[in-house]
Amino acid sequence: MSLHVSSAPHVHDKDTTQSIMRDVLIAMLPTTVMGVYCFGFNAALLCVLGVAAAVLAEYGYQKITHQKVRISDLSAAVTGLLVALNLPGNAPWWMPVVGSFIAIVLVKQLFGGIGDNFMNPALTARGIMLASWPVRMTAWYLPTFCKGVDAVSSATVLGGYKASTLDMFLGFIPGTIGEVSKVAILIGFAYLLIRKVISWRIPVVFVGTFAVLAAIFRMDQDVLTSVLSGGLLFGAVFMATDYTTSPMTEVGQYIYAFGCGLILAVIRKWGSYTEGVTYAILIMNVVTPLIDKFVKIRVYGQEKAKKEVKANV
Amino acid sequence: MSKSNKPKLSSVFLNGIITENPTFRLVLGTCPTIATTTSVINAVGMGAAASFVLIGSNFVISLLRNFIPDKVRIPCFIVVICTFVTIVQLLLQAYVPSLYASLGMFIPLIVVNCIILARAEAFASKNGPLASAVDGLGMGLGFTMAITIIACVRELLGTGCIAGVNILGSGYEPMLISTMAPGGFMVFGLTLGAANIIMKSIEKKKKAKEAA
Repeated sequence: MSLHVSSAPHVHDKDTTQSIMRDVLIAMLPTTVMGVYCFGFNAALLCVLGVAAAVLAEYGYQKITHQKVRISDLSAAVTGLLVALNLPGNAPWWMPVVGSFIAIVLVKQLFGGIGDNFMNPALTARGIMLASWPVRMTAWYLPTFCKGVDAVSSATVLGGYKASTLDMFLGFIPGTIGEVSKVAILIGFAYLLIRKVISWRIPVVFVGTFAVLAAIFRMDQDVLTSVLSGGLLFGAVFMATDYTTSPMTEVGQYIYAFGCGLILAVIRKWGSYTEGVTYAILIMNVVTPLIDKFVKIRVYGQEKAKKEVKANV
Repeated sequence: MSKSNKPKLSSVFLNGIITENPTFRLVLGTCPTIATTTSVINAVGMGAAASFVLIGSNFVISLLRNFIPDKVRIPCFIVVICTFVTIVQLLLQAYVPSLYASLGMFIPLIVVNCIILARAEAFASKNGPLASAVDGLGMGLGFTMAITIIACVRELLGTGCIAGVNILGSGYEPMLISTMAPGGFMVFGLTLGAANIIMKSIEKKKKAKEAA
């Protein structure tokens, strides 16, 4: 008899990769719509190109390597949309294409496909593009499309742009397509929670840790601005919660989310970048296998310990 | 060493280029591989310098192989290698100062390049001077070819040029990460994978031929 050892989850239910990914796509819809509303036609084009390139890259790679084509599980579409939402609204058309190609082929498929990537594909693509085209990736514009004005370049809130809290909530601030509208992100978060696609743990602990540390470290911005500006909420809800690259256990997820918040606070306070969500999550992605290994052993031990306690009582 | 298992020179030469390519098959000397493949000119310069040291040190170590006590062979090898590295360093400094400046620290580091020590240990200390020199030449060429291929990809992506000649035109926006260290690891990994795929398909064809 051959015993097959697989990683969690071991319990089967009606959820499939496709249904989960469809929920994620639906959850990203509000923030995509708000991004397009803020940055206009180009933002919509970037999103379409990002998704199309990701799906094509996945299809092409699986065809070339004679694998079963799995584009219908929608995971490539999610990755492609995430890549596009991580771009500034006025990025050129080739950036989502290159980004999706990097995410799908380099980060996901070459490491074994869905479930085997060691870092979040979309976020790694963002990191690579940030290092490759730093000017393009940080060319921020005011979200003026909705007001009928041509593009006006600007610093982000973290870079010194002054915005009201309401503007930051609604998304009328410079930033990437997906990160600007906090309301839209929170709607998506609520949907994911209701559908039980993700748990509250990672996003809430991530943001909470950062907020507390921001208060302690005395950042340039007040705590509310620090939390609402930049990609923190977007990263915490859609990027840090990636199943493959976040810990499996509850305790592990607390550690992971705390690490994300801590690294982000350190980068924003002392780093040369004004933003650090990308690197905070990527670093914790890499630490995830260690966390899983460390925490898993304790879980096995805990069950044993509980039984012994009962016996003693 | 008996005459019967004296290696054929042609196979010794090809060994370094294909079957035991130091970069793609043995994965040795990865430090200079990552560091000097930012441009084709750097890579060729590094390859030539390392080849010169390889041939020279292999030849001399092979001549001395019966006089070097086994226990202190590594220090002895290092002294011989150091001599040749110093020659290369002085020559580069005198005749190609620009290359000397861009390779910088990595010229003296040829001393600890594991390809050179590995060939001294694995080949030159067991074979005759001619075979050892040929082995050094093959290994050196294999190393040079491999890092030049990697450098072509990195320079093309990172600057749009190959050996300073613009290929992709002025509309191309350079992918800066390609010439940085992380890009070096990525391109190295990808070319290594491609080389493995090619080698595997060649071996498969060979086996199919033998079976037929």
